[in-house]
Amino acid sequence: MKPLLTATDITKRFGPVTVLDSVSLDVRGGEIHALLGANGAGKSTLCKIISGLLTRDGGDMSIAGEAYLPSDKQTAERAGIQIVQQELNQVTTLTVAENIFLTRMPSVLGIIRSRQLADRARQVLDHFGLNDVATDTVMGTLGVGRQQMVEIATALDRQCRLLILDEPTAALGADETQRLFERLRSLRDQGIGIIYISHRLDEVAQLSDRVTVLRDGRRVCTQETSSLTTDQMVDLMTGESTSEHHSFQSFATAKTAMQVKGITAGMVQDVSFSVRHGERLGIAGLVGSGRTELLRAIFGADSAEQGTVQISDRQPTHFSHPSQAVAAGLAMVTEDRKQNGLLLRQSIRANTSISSLGKRFASLGIIRNQRERQAAQEMARQLETKCNDIEQVVATLSGGNQQKVAISKWLVRDADVFFFDEPTRGIDVAARRRIYRLIESLAQAGKAIVIVSSDLDELLETCDRIGVISAGRWIDDFDRDSWSTDQIMQAAFAGYRQAESVA
Amino acid sequence: MIKKRIKQTALQYGGLLTALALLILVFSLQTDSFFQIGTARLIANQIPELTLLAVGMTLVLIIGQIDLSVGSVMAFAGAVLGVLMAKHDWSLGFAILASVSTAAACGWVTGAIWIWFRIPSFIVSLGMLQIARGATRRLLDSKTLTIGSDVATISEPLPAIGLSPAFLIAIIAVFAAQFLISRTVFGRYCVAIGTNAEAVRMSGIRTAPYAIGVFVISGLLCGLAGLAPTSLMEAADPGAGSGIELSAIAACVIGGTSLMGGRGNAISTFLGVLVIAVLQTGLSRMSVEDANKQIITGMVIIIAVLIDTLRYNWEKSK
Repeated sequence: MKPLLTATDITKRFGPVTVLDSVSLDVRGGEIHALLGANGAGKSTLCKIISGLLTRDGGDMSIAGEAYLPSDKQTAERAGIQIVQQELNQVTTLTVAENIFLTRMPSVLGIIRSRQLADRARQVLDHFGLNDVATDTVMGTLGVGRQQMVEIATALDRQCRLLILDEPTAALGADETQRLFERLRSLRDQGIGIIYISHRLDEVAQLSDRVTVLRDGRRVCTQETSSLTTDQMVDLMTGESTSEHHSFQSFATAKTAMQVKGITAGMVQDVSFSVRHGERLGIAGLVGSGRTELLRAIFGADSAEQGTVQISDRQPTHFSHPSQAVAAGLAMVTEDRKQNGLLLRQSIRANTSISSLGKRFASLGIIRNQRERQAAQEMARQLETKCNDIEQVVATLSGGNQQKVAISKWLVRDADVFFFDEPTRGIDVAARRRIYRLIESLAQAGKAIVIVSSDLDELLETCDRIGVISAGRWIDDFDRDSWSTDQIMQAAFAGYRQAESVA
Repeated sequence: MIKKRIKQTALQYGGLLTALALLILVFSLQTDSFFQIGTARLIANQIPELTLLAVGMTLVLIIGQIDLSVGSVMAFAGAVLGVLMAKHDWSLGFAILASVSTAAACGWVTGAIWIWFRIPSFIVSLGMLQIARGATRRLLDSKTLTIGSDVATISEPLPAIGLSPAFLIAIIAVFAAQFLISRTVFGRYCVAIGTNAEAVRMSGIRTAPYAIGVFVISGLLCGLAGLAPTSLMEAADPGAGSGIELSAIAACVIGGTSLMGGRGNAISTFLGVLVIAVLQTGLSRMSVEDANKQIITGMVIIIAVLIDTLRYNWEKSK
């Protein structure tokens, strides 16, 4: 087959750092080409160069045989290249329809033709199976997954020859992911070339025709997907063999660390559960089933209408502010690290110490610089955070390293019960493994762990026990020695089926 | 280590010091009377009020808020001082205590309403601007109230050093605030709140006491600032400090404080005050018309921020 896009010896430097070193890539029309690599391997940079968001320092590109040298995103779009980036690019205060047509509003003399806008937006949404999203909904009121779907639908609606998707499924549920895959396959069958970046290797195996693996800014190989197993993909990405697969070891004790009784908050209805010292409890459920809301209510981030939380031998209580929860021995690594987990514009040091400043790094309200610096350095070393030094601004780190900083805040503070909400969302395999190891060592040290994740495989790999929430209710929990994926999925849908039969 | 610190300091204040030196050079070349110790003294005794207000404003901007009421609150503190001393025969010390406390209370009200009812501080302080100005005029019957020479000592240069107590108070406030920002838990929390208040809350920290505390400190500094013009004129003026909040914001911005919160430095703010003061004094010496003075001052503010932004982007791209 003739290549649609050919990129030859693409090189990109940021200051003294070479992030892409003579990388070549060819994408055929009518194929889904997966781009794999650990964070910082150069996947996003390569895609940004192809889509005109960054300029290259060396190399050539051609599209359908013609030289292609995009100077900006507009040039790239005119050449038929569309990109959906990892970060959402929405104006949250405008409606869905206005967002879809933001750059090409149907208008007469600058006055928006709202009827036409609504009709066309309806078409775009229906075409993508988003029949239940109203065109006049304000974008910000949709969940993150939904916003992502609208964004993808917008990109798919524009005419293109090459479509680039950077981590499109990070915020999507299983259902939405499947719907996206159907659309991508049908686009492929129409002869469109697709570059697909994802850390979820099962998706890559399921969806793509060929894979190109990058490591440290160089191309490792390009191969037919069918010739690789997911384990082999990981080996290629990390450059080390992982044949000695990690077997699960339980550190659960008999002693209860946290007992939650009858928590009701918003959509969360009367949830009770407990977790023991050394135990890793996973909480599974569909997107929007109330998993995050449950954690937030326990942690005092949102106020619970009812229910109590008992930590170790303390009195059952409920927390009305996170400061009380933290004082009682809880820690929470939040779902959205940029929104409420990190001080993005501050240094690694300031982020690491923030929860324990008064407790560990100050006397009489004056900060002990030396101690603070040492602790931050120690954390960065332990978690293998890739950074220039601890004064580096967190916003400039990659997703995986940002997450390490978000976690290190709580390691420095220390707690009895750790909540991890989507601990590995959007981060690469190497960092993900490092975080699993870390969670394991916390369990080994007798900490109780609660993990919420949309990725069931993640829970199956890391947890002693998995509880399932559906439509805000605790359906059941399953132990490692007796669980099955099927049981857990059944439970995840249980609440919605009941609701339907009642209605 | 020490070398690195010097380099850092040079990088941080170098731009402002250069700008200041340039201004002084230009004015010294233009007028014979500028480059003299007398000019320095004159400026030193002019700037305490703006310095104190701008330092408070720096803290408020760091937490990502704004306080438009500082000029009025300053006038109100002056009025309280005047009334207590002139009409009720209070001693200077107690009158100062009362007026500074009043101003701090005004700051507390602004901060508390912002935090408790989630009304933007811009709006609350806009209301406080009117209230404090109205209260000042009520107290003073809209007339200047002569206090007498008791109050003058605050602005009289101390013979040993040629500088007034008011100036010394302002300088102490600058360094105390810088220490607060860079070395204390309080300051670190303020910077963190200005960066991402929700993340701070989710880190298990109650933000309200710190946020309100900043407004109390700003109010307290308004109270201290009110002493300067009152003692200089030996009278309480109902129109004191009107519009000065904008100069205070300008000084912060020239000093590189971010209006978005999370970044600010009291010493840079002080240098910003000096830029404004040198400019004003120099232009007066050159007998530039008031109208043109205003135009030039406005341009300098924009240019200063422009240079700072360009420098910041340049450093980031390095």
